[in-house]
Amino acid sequence: MQYFPFVVVVWILGVGLYGIVTSRHLVHLIMCLIVVQSSTYVLLLGVGYKTGAVAPYFFDIPNHTPAVDPVVQALALTDVVVEAAVSALLLAIAVQAHKRFGTLDPQELVELRG
Amino acid sequence: MTPGHLLAVVTPYTVPTGLMDVLQVTVLVLVAAAATMVVVIRVPVRQVIALSVYGIALAVLFLVFQAPDVTLSELTVGAVVLPIMFLLALAKVRGREK
Amino acid sequence: MTPGQRRWIFLAAIAGLAAFYLWGLVGLPGFGNYPGPYGDVINRIAVAQTNATGVVSAVNFEYRGFDTVGEEFILFVAATGVAVVLRHLRNERERNADGETGDAPDEGQRVPETSSAIRMVALIMTGPTIVVGWWLASHAQTDPSGGFQGGVVLATAFILIYLAGQFLAFQRVSPTDVTDAVEAIGAGGFAAVGVTAVAMGLPYLTNFLGLGITPGAVSSSGTIALISFFVGLEVGAAFILIVGELLDQTLLLREGSG
Repeated sequence: MQYFPFVVVVWILGVGLYGIVTSRHLVHLIMCLIVVQSSTYVLLLGVGYKTGAVAPYFFDIPNHTPAVDPVVQALALTDVVVEAAVSALLLAIAVQAHKRFGTLDPQELVELRG
Repeated sequence: MTPGHLLAVVTPYTVPTGLMDVLQVTVLVLVAAAATMVVVIRVPVRQVIALSVYGIALAVLFLVFQAPDVTLSELTVGAVVLPIMFLLALAKVRGREK
Repeated sequence: MTPGQRRWIFLAAIAGLAAFYLWGLVGLPGFGNYPGPYGDVINRIAVAQTNATGVVSAVNFEYRGFDTVGEEFILFVAATGVAVVLRHLRNERERNADGETGDAPDEGQRVPETSSAIRMVALIMTGPTIVVGWWLASHAQTDPSGGFQGGVVLATAFILIYLAGQFLAFQRVSPTDVTDAVEAIGAGGFAAVGVTAVAMGLPYLTNFLGLGITPGAVSSSGTIALISFFVGLEVGAAFILIVGELLDQTLLLREGSG
């Protein structure tokens, strides 16, 4: 239990990268990219966790209850929303590439010229 | 005069540590399995459903890691916005192939 | 390089990466033994300093507000990028947006009618979704909520309008110029709050509004609530724009000389 979350992080990273390397469809590749990005969220939150602590919201609990780290949560929070917008941009590029070249296979797109 | 004394009642939110460990290990295994499923499925339309399931599993994981803010973000993004963007792009691509 | 060779090289590389990663992991304090000072320091002083009981939002909009400005502008630029990439190319013309059954559908693209169950559920859920999104965007300092989550939920409400009706309804409810203006107000408003602090002689993005009396009330914690409201506007408008562009591409554009 000491290291299990971090092992899961590298598993998700490896699986996602495998999907990117052996992908035959551009939209499948974008979804694998999303999986790779989400491994970093698990890593961030895993680093900030404290055993026996609560969420850092002191609305109805006394002020000095031990709580988990709020800084990494702030990072992961904006990260999730920005990832969606960036993958939207990648999707738009994929749609235009299909219009231009007629195929969505990344291994064939490499060879086409102009 | 610190504002701290104006807060409401004390509510215990912690769980016995052994139970929390079991819960976290279970959800971590689910997340790893869902990630593998997303990559292994090659047909894009089915993969969108797998991505949605992965997003919900991640949201449960974030909740178990005591981060409700990140849970809200991941839930709305992963279950609504990402699938609709992907399905629209796939519809556009398939419409041209016919 | 054949795909099989590529796969083997990748497996070797990822084995090396995993070996180094696990070797480095053993020297860390492990999961649950959080050593670092910053989390504890911020948890101790945040409520007293900013009168905000939601410490994560206080970190996001007050202690690390400058980073949030940057991330919000990433969102802004990504939405603009989608609009630019999906622009009308030279040989495309736009089909009439009067209903999706205008001219005869193309071969093999028969779209089934949206079922009544979907229309009913989407119609009923639109109102509560807007309320929830607004509540999330305006309560950043008390509960687990904030501008980013509230904005995405607000965008979801407009997607529900598209599901409940036709694309025409979606276009009428969120015309592109109005959404553009709202997004600009959101992004500019955040920057303007920071610049107002500079105009008052304080550093950029200082919390210059009154902090309120009760920690965790909606009107407390000064600029955090205001910034969260602007961020909610901007994130919602950005996602509505993105989905609107993709809908436009999928449903309206047809190839052919115009």
